Amino acid sequence: MTEPILQLIDCTRVHGQGETAVRALDGVSVQVQPGELVAVMGPSGSGKSTLLNLAGALDLPTSGQVVISGQSTSQLRPDDLAALRRRKVGVVFQDLNLIPSLTAAENIGLPLELDGRRVSEARRAAVGALHELGLDELADRYPDQMSGGQQQRVAIARALVGERRLVLADEPTGALDSVTGDGVLAVLRARCDAGAAGLLVTHEARHAGWADRVIYLRDGKVVDEAVGR
Amino acid sequence: MSVPLSLLALLSQGPAYGARIKADFEERTGRAFPLNVGQVYTTLARLERDGLVVADGGPDDEGRIPYRLTDAGRAEVGTWWERPVDRTEPARDELVMKLALAVATPDVDAHAVIQHQRTAAMAHLQRLTRAKLALSAPGSPPQTEPVPTPTSLSDEVVLEHRLYAVESELRWLDHVEGLLLHRRAPQSAPAPSVTLPSAASATAAPSAARPAPDPSTPISRPAAPDTRH
Repeated sequence: MTEPILQLIDCTRVHGQGETAVRALDGVSVQVQPGELVAVMGPSGSGKSTLLNLAGALDLPTSGQVVISGQSTSQLRPDDLAALRRRKVGVVFQDLNLIPSLTAAENIGLPLELDGRRVSEARRAAVGALHELGLDELADRYPDQMSGGQQQRVAIARALVGERRLVLADEPTGALDSVTGDGVLAVLRARCDAGAAGLLVTHEARHAGWADRVIYLRDGKVVDEAVGR
Repeated sequence: MSVPLSLLALLSQGPAYGARIKADFEERTGRAFPLNVGQVYTTLARLERDGLVVADGGPDDEGRIPYRLTDAGRAEVGTWWERPVDRTEPARDELVMKLALAVATPDVDAHAVIQHQRTAAMAHLQRLTRAKLALSAPGSPPQTEPVPTPTSLSDEVVLEHRLYAVESELRWLDHVEGLLLHRRAPQSAPAPSVTLPSAASATAAPSAARPAPDPSTPISRPAAPDTRH
């Protein structure tokens, strides 16, 4: 069996202390394999954002372990954790995904440049990523010259540039209309089919339909799981 | 009734015999409503009796009789396109009945009923999404603005209806689950003697230190989760 790209092992996250302590996540275990897209659903306050923060190494579990590409986030020093986030994890939010003063190719190449790669090398990787998604014509466009759907697809390309194989998406279709939103999710699905691992947080069942597995959270616990295939 | 009107709509494009009408009907409705040719001829006979279609000449070499619309038939089709379909009469729905009974039957775990149904619905939604993906250009991610052929557009219309129906069902299940969680509190507490909102909120108020509950949601637990979706 292949090594999961993301593992949450019995993760609990408690915010605050004493009487005011809130158990935002309570003994949650999730694995995402290469090629797999997992959706996380649940009402507001169920722990979806906490789970995403742990999965993206933006936060550490109070107990349990988060393992990203074989590295346990709790055992890394802060600078190694930052490097892990930069190299291994891509994030797509609802909006504010792209830097307005950079072209699509520059936006996609940015994580590589931050990691010390040469500009030409980053550009080559960015153009390649756009080509894989059939978005070649967007390379030199600025965000304000692209539609919302195009921007989100570029954001997915950036999330998976270089050696990144884990994409975390938080309501990535935001305010897009349903047809354009479907186009964005189709790209996310295609990247996962090509070997990436995806974790999609959504409250739209329709979006979760694109996933291989759907996990339901309530009060910080996994209460249900649906497998489509 | 929709099948006779659908046949009239097809005949408004020109005369056709029964087998042709059957094939056109199935192709243009996403193959979601199969007809048998006998049913088509029975319907044509009824439409002929009602003066909406007439035989367009005699039988051909293979004995097939083409039919065409009369003026009355053409008017009927026109009215159909103009008039909204009456959706105000709810269909008899087993799930609605089952869940309505489940929440009112003390020894039934309505949460479990919801959970099982949700798992099945989600898996169905995932399968439909897969089917949709297969419908759009197989092997490549769909473009933002797809330009489907008329036939595939019909297929898509029918498939999308099924997707939206399952999505709607999932949202309804989530909502009912939220309602259950909110309504549970008074069952374990002493039953209020008066059920008016103001009296109920006074009964349910857990302590003087906590702000009074919103009278519009009189029955809720202090720690009830947010059920917005």
